[in-house]
Amino acid sequence: MLFLTTCSQRKDGIIIAGSTSVLPFIERVAERFTEENPSIQVNIQGGGSTAGIQATFNETCHIGTSSRNLTGDEKELREFLVAVDGLAIIVHKDNPIDGLTIEQIQGIFAGTHKDWSELGGESGEIIPVTREEGSGTRGAFEDMIMGEHVISDACLVQDSNGAVREIIATTPQGIGYISVGLVDEREKALAIDGNKPTLANLLSCRYNFTRPFLLLLLEEPTGEVKKFIEFVLSEKGQDILKSDGLISATEIGKY
Amino acid sequence: MKDKIAEKLLLFIAFSAIGSLLLITFFIFQQGIPLIFKIGLGNFFSMHWSPTRGQFGILSMIIGSLMVTVGALIVGIPFGLACAIYLAEFSSKMVQKTLKPIIELLAGIPSVVYGFIGIVILVPFIRIHFGGPGFSVLASSIILGIMILPTIVSISYDSLIAVPNTYREGSYALGATKWQTVVKLLIPAARSGIVAGIILGMGRAIGETMAVIMIAGNALKIPHSMLDSVRTLTSTIALELGYATGDHRAALFACGAFLFIIIITLNIIAIRITGRRE
Repeated sequence: MLFLTTCSQRKDGIIIAGSTSVLPFIERVAERFTEENPSIQVNIQGGGSTAGIQATFNETCHIGTSSRNLTGDEKELREFLVAVDGLAIIVHKDNPIDGLTIEQIQGIFAGTHKDWSELGGESGEIIPVTREEGSGTRGAFEDMIMGEHVISDACLVQDSNGAVREIIATTPQGIGYISVGLVDEREKALAIDGNKPTLANLLSCRYNFTRPFLLLLLEEPTGEVKKFIEFVLSEKGQDILKSDGLISATEIGKY
Repeated sequence: MKDKIAEKLLLFIAFSAIGSLLLITFFIFQQGIPLIFKIGLGNFFSMHWSPTRGQFGILSMIIGSLMVTVGALIVGIPFGLACAIYLAEFSSKMVQKTLKPIIELLAGIPSVVYGFIGIVILVPFIRIHFGGPGFSVLASSIILGIMILPTIVSISYDSLIAVPNTYREGSYALGATKWQTVVKLLIPAARSGIVAGIILGMGRAIGETMAVIMIAGNALKIPHSMLDSVRTLTSTIALELGYATGDHRAALFACGAFLFIIIITLNIIAIRITGRRE
């Protein structure tokens, strides 16, 4: 049964801490949640996935968030997969290139490839656009694609998926990375090593530049926390995540 | 009795304004300074900014801020000064009454609107006609140059108007032309006000954030030409504060403290210069 009436009211409401990538999305869901449940305060903090996992263990937060899979001892936590975020490498829609290898993408962002003709495109300076230091999306790009390579100081820097997309949409020589769900018709998502970031490829993991968005708990959820998690996994919550560009948990078929 | 209350109330309000300035100052320094001591001045003024890897060098951003500011002055000073001279000495009262408020209106346009105009018009124009990404020192200089016009124009205008008419009459009596009078007499006489206007404009250019983030491209590399992208101190704070934690956050406050010192210094210089005239 849902705990609709007599929840033990925590004085400080629900405290959520962890991944800065999950933060803006869960904030949006929490906003709607508080609209429907004005008596429950939701307090959301960043700190990063590892900090979120630690905070869940220490019980300094009620719900931890992580944008990476749990490893080792961390797996003792209860995890709820609420969405999957895919990283798309995007170029201007008129760029003749349809796909690149990981090495080529590393070369572009590390500053060794400077001209599109080196990669089989029309000659013209490559204008890579990256995210700001500390951004979760930048962190994911560094982990999944750059590996040991360091993003060059010569890259343009923007502070949101939207700003990166805007530059790529208006700059024919640009290349950048954003969440898969946010790609629109003005730019083109490249295939990486031959696989396009289509929904089918994402679900079958053929395009595996994805990361899970997890909510973490130390114990089985009760009361307000349970209500919040149920809300996130409900159709309403999932629709918010989907409209913000994530692949919702319902689409993945795993609950 | 009522007077007393009003006086006390106004005094309180005046002090609360000063109080908030002190609080802000205290907060910025308290948050930022410990990090500078922790990492050392050498690291803080080095080239590499990569706060998540423990490198906190702000030198490339200082250079970026300076380049954009100098660029803005190169655009703003000739136009601003020419405009002030025309308004004060050459135009009719009618023109003065229409033009001056219009120029002052420029100051009221939100900076995000300037940035938007930059993105939509200036950036593509530069990219297509001059090359490079378009997001550049040049684009930022032009937009900032326009943004500081009202400051330069109104302060220069006021100081030109303040030059006593007897100076002008004396000059004409000696047979000088109008142009000679302006160049040889009025500009030197109004010099302190003009310089103060320029310095205040400079403070505005260094402190401007939103428009610059939108059109500068924000690459950390030190630009080699006017067409390269550039990152300023204010942009870094605004770009990265959202996700910054720990030392990274403190480093951004340290940037703020450094900017604060620059801008306060500029303002003190401007006040000194105008003060000397009186």
